[in-house]
Amino acid sequence: MKRHVRPYGDTTGDGMVQTSFTLPVPFGPKADGAAQQLANKMGIDPAMVVHSHAIGADFTFFVVYGSVGHIVDLDEVRVVEREYPLLSPSEVNTTLKKLLRRKLVVVGGCIGTDAHTVGIDAILNIKGFAGEKGLEYYRELKVVNLGAQVSVPELVRRARAEKADAVLVSQVVTQRDAHVLNTREMAAAFREAMGDRRPLLIAGGPRFDPLMAGELGVDRVFGRGTTPGEVASYLVHAVQTKKEGAA
Amino acid sequence: MALLDLDPKVVATARRLAAKAAEPVVAIAKAHTTVAVERATLRLAGITGADSTHRAGDVPWVNRVVDTVREQCGLEHGVVLPAFHALREHDLATLTELAEATAAGQVRFTIPEGRDRTRARKAATAAVTRGIRTVDRNRAQREKLVAKLGDPAQRPWIYLIVATGDIDEDVVQAQNAARAGADVIAVIRSTGQSLLDYVPEGATHHGFAGTYATQENFRIMRAALDEVSKEVGRYVRLTNYASGLCMPEIAVLAGLQRLDMMLNDSMYGILFRDINPIRTFVDQRFSRQVHARAGIIINTGEDNYLTTADAVEAAHTVTVSQLLNEHFAHEAGLPDHLLGLGHAFEINPKVPESFRLELAHALLARELFPDAPLKWMPPTKHMTGDVFNGYLLDGFFNLAGVLTGQSILLVGMMTEAVVTPFLSDRDLALANVRYVLDAAGGLRDDFRPAPDGLIVKRAHQVLGEAVDLLARIVDDGLLDAIADGTFGLMKRPADGGKGADGVVAKADGYCNPASDLLEAR
Repeated sequence: MKRHVRPYGDTTGDGMVQTSFTLPVPFGPKADGAAQQLANKMGIDPAMVVHSHAIGADFTFFVVYGSVGHIVDLDEVRVVEREYPLLSPSEVNTTLKKLLRRKLVVVGGCIGTDAHTVGIDAILNIKGFAGEKGLEYYRELKVVNLGAQVSVPELVRRARAEKADAVLVSQVVTQRDAHVLNTREMAAAFREAMGDRRPLLIAGGPRFDPLMAGELGVDRVFGRGTTPGEVASYLVHAVQTKKEGAA
Repeated sequence: MALLDLDPKVVATARRLAAKAAEPVVAIAKAHTTVAVERATLRLAGITGADSTHRAGDVPWVNRVVDTVREQCGLEHGVVLPAFHALREHDLATLTELAEATAAGQVRFTIPEGRDRTRARKAATAAVTRGIRTVDRNRAQREKLVAKLGDPAQRPWIYLIVATGDIDEDVVQAQNAARAGADVIAVIRSTGQSLLDYVPEGATHHGFAGTYATQENFRIMRAALDEVSKEVGRYVRLTNYASGLCMPEIAVLAGLQRLDMMLNDSMYGILFRDINPIRTFVDQRFSRQVHARAGIIINTGEDNYLTTADAVEAAHTVTVSQLLNEHFAHEAGLPDHLLGLGHAFEINPKVPESFRLELAHALLARELFPDAPLKWMPPTKHMTGDVFNGYLLDGFFNLAGVLTGQSILLVGMMTEAVVTPFLSDRDLALANVRYVLDAAGGLRDDFRPAPDGLIVKRAHQVLGEAVDLLARIVDDGLLDAIADGTFGLMKRPADGGKGADGVVAKADGYCNPASDLLEAR
């Protein structure tokens, strides 16, 4: 592999790409010219507007082919590697079955006064999110969804009663940093009640930064756009790591 | 014309078993009411609006009244007797005044006896009758507009989804979609609305991945589609969702605002939203009675099973669910032409002969339910970020729809599971549908699957498996079958799930003029 590369159309180094977009400009020569200009600004030069058609009276859709001048330096490519692999539901099920020989128990809910179950339901409900099924769909997961406005003592009690392996809390409301305070309170309560035997603690919500886990006292934080598959894959990874640590 | 040569005896057996499986559930549905059914009744009687001074935010007046009645004298007799009795006792002019007085703690609800009971019942019946008349007028108005403007020129009708979260943006998108060829506009609801035990109020602008179903949003969108219907010269239909904890109320609002189709499945809420099974069956029966009265086409949700279970292995569960949905719908008074039974193109495209299997399943549904406006739903499970491949798959989906005579075609988006559709994605998707309709619209006339071929054999096999499963459900009981995870792999016990506390067994003196009027069809 060379260090410097350009897109490949049909000849090495030709830089050819294909793209499509819509502009809020009525169909006509002016629209095509506008598309040409945008393509040039995107680094496509020469750019060929190979197709355009009107979408209603006010918009035009374009397909553009052309050569980009940009060069990729592979040495400068930095990728954030997830420390665990993304698994399919069946992979999650088989791995958990092998690891635990019982179902992994997940207890979830919204703590504090937060009544927004959108997040926790997207992850837990079988309906799921972004085309992925929720954790209820996984045969080897037992999901207990406590819903909205669960108090921290209640959460601890239920987690203990269900012998939870993992506790998921969702926090959508962020007024006066409620999400941060609630999550800290929750983590402290679990530490106090169960010490090292506490379940995995996972917090999620649109305003959480995944780097905040340590500061909040939880094992993992998931931010906006997290899918059930990512959470399930993480659970497998965490259980695996715990087992290896114990062995 | 029948291409599959299905054995009428087997088909009759399937229907008989579905009816038998449903029987105990219908009995339970008749013996109970729910907070949502009672709220729906009050909405028909004319209560609108919400208590905006409540600390929990806007609480609809119907919730305030039903909750208070339940606290003070229970709902076993229905909400209307105590409500209309209190109206007279406290000398209040309107139900809204009653609601306000209730919120202020000034009303004491009791179950009226003797002449008081007769008076309350009469007043309630008069009020509810006015609501039902509005529903009737809307139905007549729809028929008038369809006669004047016309139905879509072709089958299947083209069904397109808008979902911005903001009703004003939805209007722009919906009108553009109609101009571009959509015959049916569905406004997807905000994530999580199905689990709200109240219907939000007013025009809304901040939904999550969808727009809240409210009476005002319904009104705004129907008015916008009436406007564009005139422009495009055909009646453009509006769809929303009568599902979740407020199923009966939303059905009533749909009837009051002349919506034309409603998503309304008999088991979806139980399986996919973990709503209590009894609550669902009671709410479903009432909502279907309303839909029948309003002339609203229901759309059932069998596509969902195939997104969780394998579309080949679980094909017969779709047939079973269609038969159950059909029976529950007939029982509630819906005729065949209002039964938009659902199914979907969800077989893994890597399975050999996947397209022939799809044709077999789609034809089976067509021939089992010849008079139902079947709803044909596009691939979602096997759509990836490879939009080019997705576009091809949608083309085959469209072809299968045309070839097997589907009635309502939900337009597939190549960006399914990638982003919410761009303007251009929708335009390309419609171009795909139009191409297939123009190029192969009449191909059905030439389509004769070989009598012993894969398509015919597969259809017979799926029907056979459906009959076997129905027999097992009859033996186990439908509620136990649901509890055991027969459908969509979900286990839902009859006493579990959300909204269970909103179910109330009817007392002997239970009174609900809405139910009476809707039953007496």
